[in-house]
Amino acid sequence: MTTNGKPKFAMYWAASCGGCEIAVLNIGEKILDVDANFEVAFWPVAMDAKYKDVEAMEDGAILLTLFNGGIRNEENAEIARLLRRKSQILVAFGSCACEGCIPGLANLSKPQDVLDTVYSTVSTDNPNAVRPQYHYQMPEGVIHIPTFYPVLKTLDQVVDVDYYMPGCPPESHQIAAVIDLVIKVLHGEAQLPAKGATIGAGNSTVCDDCPRARNVKLIKKFVRIQDVPELDPHLCLLEQGVPCNGPATRNGCGALCPQAGAQCIGCYGPAEGVIDYGARLITAFASVIDSNDPAEIERILDGIPDPAGQFYRFNLAGSLLRAAKPAWQGKL
Amino acid sequence: MTTENKPQEGQERIGVYVCHCGSNIAGMVDVEHVAKWAGEELKDRGVVVARDYKFMCSSLGQELIENDIKELGLTRVLVAACSPHLHEQTFRTASARAGLNPYLTELVSIREQVSWVHTDKQAATAKSKAVISGGVERVIHHEPLEPLVVPIHEATLVVGGGIAGIQAALELADAGYPVYMVEREPSIGGHMAQFDKTFPTLDCAACILTPRMVSVGMHPNIKLFTWSEVTKVDGYVGNFTVTIRKKARYVNEELCTGCGICQEKCPKKVIDEIYEAGLGYRKAVYTPFPQAVPKFPVIDRPNCTYFQKGTCKACEKFCPTNAIDFTQEDEYITVEVGNIILATGYDLFDARRVTQYGYGRLANVFTSIEFERLSNAAGPTNGEIVLRDGVTKPDAVGIIHCVGSRDRNFNNYCSVICCMQGLKFAHLVHERTGATVYNFYIDMRTAYKAYDEFYQRVLEEGTLFVRGKVAEVTDAARLPGEEGKLIIQVEDTLAGIQRRIPVDMVILSAGLEPRRDAKEVAKLFGISCSADGWFIEKHPKLDPVATMTEGIFIAGCVQGPKDIPSSVAQGAAASARVLGRIRQGHIELEPVRASVDEAKCSGCRICNNLCPFNAIIFHEDRMVTEINPALCQGCGTCVAACPAGAISGTVFSNEQIFAQIDGLLGLTLEHAFS
Repeated sequence: MTTNGKPKFAMYWAASCGGCEIAVLNIGEKILDVDANFEVAFWPVAMDAKYKDVEAMEDGAILLTLFNGGIRNEENAEIARLLRRKSQILVAFGSCACEGCIPGLANLSKPQDVLDTVYSTVSTDNPNAVRPQYHYQMPEGVIHIPTFYPVLKTLDQVVDVDYYMPGCPPESHQIAAVIDLVIKVLHGEAQLPAKGATIGAGNSTVCDDCPRARNVKLIKKFVRIQDVPELDPHLCLLEQGVPCNGPATRNGCGALCPQAGAQCIGCYGPAEGVIDYGARLITAFASVIDSNDPAEIERILDGIPDPAGQFYRFNLAGSLLRAAKPAWQGKL
Repeated sequence: MTTENKPQEGQERIGVYVCHCGSNIAGMVDVEHVAKWAGEELKDRGVVVARDYKFMCSSLGQELIENDIKELGLTRVLVAACSPHLHEQTFRTASARAGLNPYLTELVSIREQVSWVHTDKQAATAKSKAVISGGVERVIHHEPLEPLVVPIHEATLVVGGGIAGIQAALELADAGYPVYMVEREPSIGGHMAQFDKTFPTLDCAACILTPRMVSVGMHPNIKLFTWSEVTKVDGYVGNFTVTIRKKARYVNEELCTGCGICQEKCPKKVIDEIYEAGLGYRKAVYTPFPQAVPKFPVIDRPNCTYFQKGTCKACEKFCPTNAIDFTQEDEYITVEVGNIILATGYDLFDARRVTQYGYGRLANVFTSIEFERLSNAAGPTNGEIVLRDGVTKPDAVGIIHCVGSRDRNFNNYCSVICCMQGLKFAHLVHERTGATVYNFYIDMRTAYKAYDEFYQRVLEEGTLFVRGKVAEVTDAARLPGEEGKLIIQVEDTLAGIQRRIPVDMVILSAGLEPRRDAKEVAKLFGISCSADGWFIEKHPKLDPVATMTEGIFIAGCVQGPKDIPSSVAQGAAASARVLGRIRQGHIELEPVRASVDEAKCSGCRICNNLCPFNAIIFHEDRMVTEINPALCQGCGTCVAACPAGAISGTVFSNEQIFAQIDGLLGLTLEHAFS
């Protein structure tokens, strides 16, 4: 407990886009409850803070840390370890921290190729071909930047994680509900779930929240949603050949995308107990292809031109595959 | 070699048993070393004893395990030996005798998957260790299970009224149990009823078959449904509910005496494509042949003048018992049975597909079934062997073997019966016409009792044999003496020359193929077909009439080409298996089952169409899927397909499988990525 008697709250972003922070701020006036119940000890995106202030805290001084972003470099890992030490409850917050998310797709490429894409492709204006150097001699001395890891890791591949909160980003109403829960726990009105639990989400799949009608599935072709002139607004998208990831994706979002006529792309990650989201989805899709003719099956599968993007968009780093071999064997 | 360890607190107490299998395993795997290694290196995983033994499956080997369970208090047993297909039951039973739940025993294969497939002893030994390490990790996660006990209904359904089905039905009925027989055609009898003589004894097919048919028709324990098909199968072993579609005969079976006046008076002649193979006629109201069982005719609606034009009713007018009933409709009948025997037979290979042999193009090229009808005394020519013109007797006849069989363009398999059939044809042609007969064969296959003797007899009768695959049958004459003949172009591989042999008649000894609708029938009954389309038996040697689906048995050609004695033997064998089941009164089913966690199931319905055993039920009201545990065979298809991980399989849980993989690889994924 701190001098003002309120428990400490921290939020940190590692390799992420910042959407998770926006989602937290998007909870509206509920943010005042956070302020009323917590002392914000460390939240770089919202207020000034120094790592050394955190280092100076006693271990376990922070009650709750929401950690978003994957572990892409040495700095991410170092802060993850630091916050783990200082926090009583460490939450992997959002898809990047839970399962790698979009930054994790870089695990398909060699680290050198990642840098080449960033610094030396047509979309980058870099006339002097500047490349970051790990060490650089300045008049004042040598400065360092954090080492870039060969692959992106999820938070729990680096430190012990207490809870997982999925979503890209987590829905604001789910964040509000989790904050409510923690406040209730503080006041002795509720119990924390078992360690390792997924919070702020449901326990089945998006289909459970999706109002579209469902039949036995027999798929003759996969189509990309932009190529379909008109979709039946009431029928399961997968049955219409749109590769909807809803059947494999944890619920919690309220099936927003399918209700808006777009397929679920899987941002809430695997359902409870599923170890490899992509593998589950691949076997599921393969099971309902309605053909025994190898050539026709090939044609049907051509309807999914980017399998890694379809099946592993959010979870590659957290999957059993984790990375392509050239990626994790690569060094910079 | 035995290693005994002190038990450790809180861990399972695991016994590891490594089998030599004589030299089967020990010849390629250092089994003594492997057992010693397991005892030392897997100690911290809970292995308290590790032994190797010459034959673990022997009584002495089993006793080793039983004693250890009792004396060392083992809670898990891992046997590294042969495939679980062979001895899983043996070791489970041994464990059960010693008081350990049988499902806490695991068998890993170091024979089929290691010693038999490797040539490097060092590598095979290392792999055996990995396999055992995986097994140990897996068996830790096993749970005690109880078999499912279900009662067995006394009645049996026999599908198909050919000789195999007839045999099966009679065996069961004679034993005092009720049988429902379903036959698609108007009469039972099957292909055998079309034949004239049977090889090698040359018995008249009808003479030996019809008494059996009559027995089926008259038997108080057999309820016969001809002109009927099974449309739906629900339930599971012991408790099937079968829906039979009894097609409208337009003849009242209560009133019909089978006098045949309707057939006599019917003015409409129809080519009989089935029984007479297109060589003869029948009427629009007909029984396929005079000895048909049952005796009641059927009206062939698409060919009946009344049904097509609205007038005629000759049959109705002349029927002395007013049995004709044009208002009859298809009936759907539901029966309850405990077991099902499928004896749906075969289709003849369509000889038109071998275009170079000219069937369908050259008039005097006949198929084997056409020749059966030609030579049959009750057939369209009263047994006269004549050319397509109906009068001319052939002077020379060529019989071509292996038509559509043993041919990469059609079927790779041997159709088994065609050699003997070809020899029988040769004998009949020789006997009835005195013509010169040539047999063109690739290899002569006359295994089984008295078959080769028949070959010798036909040789002695003067039939000429040419070894070689016929290239072509043509009517294009090139040489003197070929005019007006069919010329068989063949490489005589014994003489090493090309030959052109002019004949008057060619008989194609066509092979056997699975029924055209075999795949649909297999799906209806929840069993599997091979790539060729034959139904797959549970074990090709030791369980030839059972299938992987409990309660479904197969007999006769539906399982693969075979002759009459083998079909009869299988019919009897299948009924013996069923009788055993009925007498037990109940059956214990393996508790290896898939089940749905309803809380996780969101009713996406991806699994709904996948179950080969029809065990998946979807509850529309609750939007959840359920698996009927008695129907489920634990194949795992739905477990793999469930995108939500809501379906899991006992004995094959994710936990068990991942633990086994970890054990096999000897390292965790963390190591791989660090």
